[in-house]
Amino acid sequence: MASHYEAQIRKPLVLGDKGYHDVSVDIAAPVEGRANRQWWIVFSIALAALLWGVGAIIYTISTGIGTWGLNKTVNWAWDITNFVWWVGIGHAGTLISAVLLLFRQKWRMAINRSAEAMTIFSVIQAGLFPIIHMGRPWLAYWVVPIPNQFGSLWVNFNSPLLWDVFAISTYLSVSLVFWWTGLLPDFGMIRDRAVKPFQKKIYGLVSFGWTGRAKDWQRFEEVSLVLAGLATPLVLSVHTIVSFDFATSVIPGWHTTIFPPYFVAGAIFSGFAMVQTLLIIMRKVSHLEDYITVQHIELMNIVIMITGSIVGCAYITELFIAWYSGVEYEQYAFLNRATGPYWWAYLLMMSCNVVSPQIMWFKKIRTSIVISFIISIVVNVGMWFERFVIIVTSLHRDYLPSSWTMFSPTFVDIGIFIGTVGFFFVLFLLYSRTFPVIAQAEVKSILKSSGARYKALRDAGKPLYTLSKNGIVRETIISDDEQASVSSEPDEKSLLGALGSFDSTTQEPDDLKKVKGIGPLMEKTLNKLGIFSFLQVSKMTQKEYDLLDSLTGAFPGRAQRDDWAGQARMFLNNDK
Amino acid sequence: MYTFSNRLKIASFILMAVGVLGIGIGFVSAPATVDEAKAMVAAHDDGHGDSHGEEASQAMASDHGEAAGHGVDHDEHLLHQLQNRPWSALYVAAFFFFMIALGVLAFYGIQRASQAGWSPMLFRVMEGITAYLVPGGIIVFVILVLSVMHFNHLFTWMDADVVAHDKLLQNKAGYLNPTFFLIRAAFFLGGWIGYREISRRLSIAQDKADDNSNFKKNFRWSAAFLVFYLITESIMSWDWIMSVDPHWFSTLFGWYLFASMIVSGITVIAMVTIYLKSKGYLPDVNDSHIHDLAKFMFGFSIFWTYLWFGQFMLIWYANIPEEVTYFVTRIEDYNLPFFGMVAMNFVFPLLLLMNSDYKRVNWFVIMTGIVLLAGHYLDIFNMIMPATVGDQWYIGIPELGAILFFAGAFIFWVFRALTNAPLQPSRNPFIEESRHFHY
Repeated sequence: MASHYEAQIRKPLVLGDKGYHDVSVDIAAPVEGRANRQWWIVFSIALAALLWGVGAIIYTISTGIGTWGLNKTVNWAWDITNFVWWVGIGHAGTLISAVLLLFRQKWRMAINRSAEAMTIFSVIQAGLFPIIHMGRPWLAYWVVPIPNQFGSLWVNFNSPLLWDVFAISTYLSVSLVFWWTGLLPDFGMIRDRAVKPFQKKIYGLVSFGWTGRAKDWQRFEEVSLVLAGLATPLVLSVHTIVSFDFATSVIPGWHTTIFPPYFVAGAIFSGFAMVQTLLIIMRKVSHLEDYITVQHIELMNIVIMITGSIVGCAYITELFIAWYSGVEYEQYAFLNRATGPYWWAYLLMMSCNVVSPQIMWFKKIRTSIVISFIISIVVNVGMWFERFVIIVTSLHRDYLPSSWTMFSPTFVDIGIFIGTVGFFFVLFLLYSRTFPVIAQAEVKSILKSSGARYKALRDAGKPLYTLSKNGIVRETIISDDEQASVSSEPDEKSLLGALGSFDSTTQEPDDLKKVKGIGPLMEKTLNKLGIFSFLQVSKMTQKEYDLLDSLTGAFPGRAQRDDWAGQARMFLNNDK
Repeated sequence: MYTFSNRLKIASFILMAVGVLGIGIGFVSAPATVDEAKAMVAAHDDGHGDSHGEEASQAMASDHGEAAGHGVDHDEHLLHQLQNRPWSALYVAAFFFFMIALGVLAFYGIQRASQAGWSPMLFRVMEGITAYLVPGGIIVFVILVLSVMHFNHLFTWMDADVVAHDKLLQNKAGYLNPTFFLIRAAFFLGGWIGYREISRRLSIAQDKADDNSNFKKNFRWSAAFLVFYLITESIMSWDWIMSVDPHWFSTLFGWYLFASMIVSGITVIAMVTIYLKSKGYLPDVNDSHIHDLAKFMFGFSIFWTYLWFGQFMLIWYANIPEEVTYFVTRIEDYNLPFFGMVAMNFVFPLLLLMNSDYKRVNWFVIMTGIVLLAGHYLDIFNMIMPATVGDQWYIGIPELGAILFFAGAFIFWVFRALTNAPLQPSRNPFIEESRHFHY
């Protein structure tokens, strides 16, 4: 990893006075505690939605796809929209864990676990739709190229839909392995803390016998990097191939070369929005505000803003090139999108995805938790409509005007969608009570460089050993400004009394910055107090240091640590 | 402070002098009449000269209408192609070196806006390279102005006769017309150069300041620039490059060009840094910085390939005539440069830079960088030439001359700019992170 040095202007990533043990306790708390009433209420609602979905799926499979709103012209609508939407949401997890890992973004450590969990859960939802749409889901294994003796027909390798099967199953398995690898040390931590034998057994099993030896860690780090390297092209490939489902066709509005990167950007956009939605709730419910800080929310908002702008740029590019191409079908497809019968969906998509994230340019807004939450929902809605607009508006105007039609979903369509939302939340809620929702091992690895406590100590110039072992030392580093200002008058006099005053008419001021620990700011402060020469500094003792600390309030303890008096004496001797 | 060594300075002058000679020969030897052109082609090659007419003019066939007799039309077409050649050679090289500076500017803006901690040590190098935006941008602009004034036929849509016989171009005239075209070009160049100058000034001022206000201002300007760049880069690519094939269109084109641009830019940052280090400058830049640059070279090469493949595959798969003609021309007439470029820009960096130790071996990075730059020059070559010279392409004296001239100008301008300020920034708030950077 990169060095532990961190610039002073970087804000801490772990707030509060946290030591290593505090991190373990805080992150194990939701797993070890009991679920509260709100959790049960939300869980019941999600479960009810899931059961409703299961009912709708059973009805579809037993009766047939005719229960859906599809028709001869719009033969792909609600199901594929949901599929693409869920796959897209599943993008942020791997982006955060792999791409941000390669970019050494430490802030990912607070959110990667949940984002990856969300990825896996949403890819599961996505996978449901093609399987249901097959009509006979028990023959789903026919999409795998297996010999004909098994009853399947040889698959069509020319079809992007088949590429999708490979892309998504690869993505799901790599994400799962990546997720679980990261979980091993954390499960080990929970196992070691567990009191009851049953819990100890279960967490012992899922932690694969993690021991925490150096060898374990070495292998862990290596595997993480290799998996990150593998997962990065996967992030791009999955949604690229999803975009190929459309772009390889010759349907106006679908066939456009910008689709691959633009779908990927859109997927990251929607994925981050979903992470934002979930984590804003989770940090509150599980009391993780010190780990998932406002800064994390702000950074996610910035990612949303950037990807939203890229998506917006792609929308405009498509519109412009449709005009520029001079192809009447293309021109009509886009004109119809914006002004045809689905104009409202188009407007919704534009305002949710392009306009709404732009308010994140204002720091006030992107650090506001309420607005962040609202925007994250808005973006989720907008991205659903984006897929709907692309798919349905391109299909509903056929080449033959006699086939022109509209799409309207049936209650079964809607029911299955609601069911997947319920399923997703059921999984996520169960996860949040049984899994360590923050990668505590990783957070601990940045605690010394980016934790608020260690940062404060470092800035104060206090050595780390002043912490006591159990990690609950509360040091009051913050100086009391008011006290200092009230008592500043007598202090100032007594300080100068001991050090001797400086007469600018007869004496030359020294360059106090030569003393290690005195910067240009401190020099100004000292000058203000009437200290200009090495002679004065050299006379400082413990008493004067304390006085100085109470006067300036900045960097307490710095002066004696750097031994300003000793240094000043050295400079005095050199001058002579 | 860096001093521009005399040897390098002389080398850059020699490059420019030889380059001017090559460009001059290109212009002097271009044919003036149809007969000369025919004679040239007959004398020149029997190898690939026979089949050139049909497929070469696919993209442009409709420009010339069906009325004229094919033979006469064909020969005149040949003349135009041969007359275009020195201009195209000049334009490709001018754009390529300008693109390097613009790619570096985008990378620099990203580093500033993302508050990267590893890279501030390299900011002065990047600023030195972006200095070339001014002369490079002006040269490209002058070539565009000369095109508008009909000194050449790089952009067929600028020819009123062609437009008069072409319905598609008439429909595009609201966008593709000389005045608007030049206004856009001036606006883009102004914006990019403006950001470069502002950011450079703030960067220098930050070293002398006693607070971080310059740094913060620079951060804001960089964020604003990236928005501007996101939009203008795409439009620039349509204007300056895609419109040489005025019938063809691809929504991805702007981002594809961006990939080429940023790879070339990062490669040049790495090369200049390694050169300066070898001369004893940049004491705090270590192998980890080179490693990171090489990682970006590797990563963006893969990204370039991704976009190249995305654009090619979708058009090939859908096989829509008005789109696929672009790749038909390239595969039939430009087979070697077209696929050779993929080998140079993808296979080469993939194999050479995959290993993490190799990314720290400086001469290795330089060697890979040279191949990458050549590959991305070919990329631009493949974008322009099929539309302007058709199958009458060579990499001969005019092309090499133009490359040498702009390489010399680039080296001269960049290293002269590097002498203007200390090579390592001193008061960037992240400078300590960059100094301690160790991977």
